[in-house]
Parts: sequence; C-alpha cells; structure tokens
Amino acid sequence: MTAGDDPRGPLAGAPGISLDAALPPGEPAVFETFLADPGGAAGALEVSMGRIRREQVRRLVGSKTFLVGSVIVLWWVVCAIFGTLFVPYSATTPDILSTNLAPSAAHWFGTNNVGEDVFSRVIVGARDILEIAPLATLLGTVLGTTIGLAQGYLRGAVDMIVGRIVDAALALPIVIVAFIFVVAIGPSTLTLIVVIGFVFALIIARTVRTAVLQERELDYLAAARLRDESVPHVMFVEILPNVLGPILVEFTVRLGYAIFTIATLSFLGFGLQLPTPDWGADVATNYGYLSAGYWWETLFPALAIASLVIAINLIGDSIEAVLIQ
Amino acid sequence: MSQYVLKRVGLALLTLVLLSLIIFFAGQVLPGNAGRAILGPFASQQSVVALDHKLGVDRPLVVQYWSWVSGIVRGNLGTSYQFQSPVSSFLFPALGRSLKLAAFAFVIVVPTSILGGVVAALNRGRVVDRVISTTSLSLSTVPEFVSGVALIVVFAIGLKVLPVTANAPPGSPLLTQVRYLILPAVPLVFILFGYIARMARAGTIEALDSDYVRTAMLKGLPRWLVIRRHVLRNSLLPTITVIATQTGYLIGGLVVVEALFTYPGIGSLILTAAKDKDFPMLEAGVLFIGIVYLTATLIADILYTVLNPRIRLGKAE
Repeated sequence: MTAGDDPRGPLAGAPGISLDAALPPGEPAVFETFLADPGGAAGALEVSMGRIRREQVRRLVGSKTFLVGSVIVLWWVVCAIFGTLFVPYSATTPDILSTNLAPSAAHWFGTNNVGEDVFSRVIVGARDILEIAPLATLLGTVLGTTIGLAQGYLRGAVDMIVGRIVDAALALPIVIVAFIFVVAIGPSTLTLIVVIGFVFALIIARTVRTAVLQERELDYLAAARLRDESVPHVMFVEILPNVLGPILVEFTVRLGYAIFTIATLSFLGFGLQLPTPDWGADVATNYGYLSAGYWWETLFPALAIASLVIAINLIGDSIEAVLIQ
Repeated sequence: MSQYVLKRVGLALLTLVLLSLIIFFAGQVLPGNAGRAILGPFASQQSVVALDHKLGVDRPLVVQYWSWVSGIVRGNLGTSYQFQSPVSSFLFPALGRSLKLAAFAFVIVVPTSILGGVVAALNRGRVVDRVISTTSLSLSTVPEFVSGVALIVVFAIGLKVLPVTANAPPGSPLLTQVRYLILPAVPLVFILFGYIARMARAGTIEALDSDYVRTAMLKGLPRWLVIRRHVLRNSLLPTITVIATQTGYLIGGLVVVEALFTYPGIGSLILTAAKDKDFPMLEAGVLFIGIVYLTATLIADILYTVLNPRIRLGKAE
C-alpha cells in the first residue's frame, strides 16, 4: 500500500512531511509504513515517538466525540467551582410558600417539596461528586499501577496471591463491595475515596499486569536486567512510560465509574451526609413524589448525572480510539 | 478436558473461600462492636456486653469465622439480628424473585445486543455502526437509578402505560406479572446491552477480517451464508463468556433497581439489612451474590471450552 492509496486521504500524509527531516536518508520502506499507518506499526520507530504523540493529540482534539465530552465536563467543572456565584437562588434555603412548583421562567427546573430551587441545586450539586470521584480514581490508578507493575514484572508467588485476591474481590459488583465497606466503616468523604480507590486499584492492576506481560519479553527489559538495574527502577523508569497508554484509558473509564458508584451510593443512602446538594441524594429524596406528578424534582438531577458520566465516557472512548488503533 | 474442568472448579472454590474472608472481614471486624452498633451510643455498657455474648461476637475471630462458614456449608446461614429468625427463610425467596427479574432482563438483552453488535460490525465505520456503538456505550455508563427514573417519568407518569412498582398484585396472571417487570428490567438491559454488543461487534469484526472468511467470499458463497456459517460461529464464542460474567453484575445491579421499584429481591434484602446493621443477613446475602457470580463464570469457562473445538481438541492448552 502506498501513501496515495490511504483511505484517510491526503491529510494522512501530512505528519510525514515534517517527519522527513528527522528520518535518516535511505529508509523509504519504514517511511512508507509510517505513512500508511501512523498509529500502529510506526510504534517501532523510536526516532519519531515524540512526533507520533503530538499527532495523536492532534487527532484527539479533532475528534467530535472528544470535543462534545470535554465541553460537557468543562461545564460541570465550572459549575462545581463557581456555581454558588451565579445560581439564581440559594440551593439550600427552603421556601415554604413556593413548594413543588413546576418549571417556569422564575424557576427553570421548578422547586422541590421544601421550596428549594431545583436548578440551583443541580448546578451546585456538581461540587462534591467532582471532588471525590477524581481523588478516588487517582488513588486507584496510582495503587493499581504499582500492584500491576509488581505482578506483571515479578510474576511468581506475588502474582499468584494478588491475582487470587483480585479475583475474589471482583466476584462482587463494585457497588456492593463499596457498599458493605461504607456500611461497616460509616460514610465519610475519606471512606468513599479509600473504598472506591481500593476497589479500582484491583481492576486497574489487572489491566496494567496484562500490559506489563506484553512488555516483559522485549529487548529493552533484557538490557535493563543485564545492566543490573534495581527492581523499582525497572518497574517505574523502564516499564511505566511504555504502559502509560492503557493506564490513561483506564483512568478515564474508571473516572466515569467512580461517578457512577458515588451517585449510586448516594441514591442508596450511603453517600455523604452533607448539607450541600447532591444529585444522587436528591433523586432518592424526591422520587417518592414522582407518582404525585412532581417529575422535575427527580428528573433534572438524574439527567445531570447522566450527562456527566456519558461525557466522561465519550472522552475515554475517544482517547482509546486514538491510542489503541 | 476433565482435568481443565477440575482445575477451574478448584480455582472457583479457592476464590469463594477468599471471598468469604473478605465479607467476614467487612461484616464482623470493621464494624467493631456489633452490640454497640445495634443498640446505639446511649445503651449501657452492660447491655452491650450481654448482647455481644448472646450474638457470639465476643468469641475469638477465628472461632467466629469457622462457625459462620461451617454453618453455611451445613445450610445454616445464621440468625437475622433484626427478625430473630433464620436468614435462609428470607434469603432464598428473595433470591428466587431476583433471579426471575434477572432472567427476564436476560431474555430481552441477549438477542437484542447480539443483533446490535453484529449489525454494527457488518456496517463498520458507517452511520449505523456509530449510532449503535455510541448509544450503547452511553447507555451502559448511566447508573440504573438514573435511567430508571427517566423511564418512570416517561412511561409510568407521562404516558401512563406501565406501573410504577415492580410488584404485581398477588395471584395475577403471568402476562400481568411480566408487564410489571418491564420497567425494572430495562435499566439492567441498558447496562448489559453495551457490554455484550461491544463484544459481539469485536468478535464479528475479527471473524470478518480473517482469511477463512475472505476465502469463503472469494469462492463465491453468498454473503448471508458466509456470515451465518463462517462469521457468526466464530464471533459469538467470546460473547458467551461476557454474557455469563455479566450475570454477576446483573444480580448486583438489582440492588439499585429493586430499591427504585420496591421489588422484594436479594438487593432490597441486603439494602435493608445494611440499614438495620443486620450483619448475618447482609453477609449471607452478599456471599450468595458472589456464589451466583462464581457459578456463572465457571459455567462460562466450561461452556467456552466445550464449544470451542480448538481448546476441546487440546491444541490450545
């Protein structure tokens, strides 16, 4: 296949032009491969690694899914940080004279059964979940990456024992694992972060382990072993940079699940018991009024959760599409 | 072959033992003092000690774990703190009702998601594929209670075509019971659809790209025949595994759906047990969810081996 046959059209050749200078002369064969398949086979070309990364970022930013997802997430981040400054009403001040009002010009999303403005609650409600979910996911990613690197690189007994524990813990749905631990310890921000972080660590460890196993047989690791590098050095300096792709994908996917899990725990009544508005808790307190016809009190917080998880997953999906061709 | 099955069964049993340890740890060790947890902070120390002794939680942990596990093996799941009667008399009927709801969701999701995945794969890269893939991905990431609420608003409150709860009046005919189960089943279907469709799509694409399919096409077989005989037979194998492992999720996802639709299944059972700090009930419920999952995975593993001639004939092992 030559560059002219590339189904992606003339644009696909564009990065090749800048690459021209970087490649030593007299290597047309490799160059051709790169033109035809910028993401995949060209991974073998160490010279152009940096450029491919830049190309990947450009493709990511150009993808519609990524843009839509980012805009929605950005909107909720703005709400989380500055929400209290621009909401039309206080989110937590009841008004007994205007309870259960249907959506109108004065109250865009209506009011709930104590007269709080639903729109304001939805905006301000972004804060807690956007604080806890990334922290829990980060904890899970760091811990899971370490476990997975150790499992995949050291193999042997460590791998076996940890693998069994991971299997056992993953025999239960995440929501249930999180839920029994939250019940046992009692709900708090720290409990939620630690419990979700630990469960995610197990899942991420599995992914990282698989990625490491593929790296294990490559020459650069044999070289590192010959140089007698220490185990942590090999794990974090040699292997880690090469498995960052799957870890990044896993991070975004888990972030979506963290929000899923936190919202679900809130709905079940095991989330944070804070005075601040919370989407999951708002659905739980108001869905009893659904049959009375007050649908707006429940539907809008529910849609907020849906928009946030879908947006994060769109981002995750587009990252995966770009990184793993 | 039989050696492989034995190995899988052994691993599943080992996993089950570890699982029971995790649950025991969460249920008995972490809450600290069970008597205090039940009676609350204002009860006298004397009554707490008395209750602890009655519940047997003042014995050493090893003894407690052993009596819990050996009880379960003999079919004694313990006594509910809350109801003062055997856990099994609540657990099994609830599990049965949950399995009914789960089975109903399964009957809907398996054919539709496989069809969706295969159609997406056959139209790879086109609009149909993108619509199916993006929609199913989005649906599978939305928490069950969110889609459940949206469904209630539209179908139960707005259009008034389906009931808000999942409980058909006792003694109602089968068709009425099914009607009550539709809304609770759909959020579960949404979640599963994405996973199964994705797997079916990936499997189909892999088969479509294979040499044997190209050969079949080139020798002039009609497209539908190639798809039926060459593509589907190979592509749906991994899907079976995904379907079985999702059974475990399904049972767990029921917690949320059952709470939303007030359906008295195992999800509602462990939720109530958790709120009442009824640890024997909670532990037994969670353990059985784990057992259902492990059994399903085991069956999937074995089924995969039986159905896949490459492994069956001992070449891949």
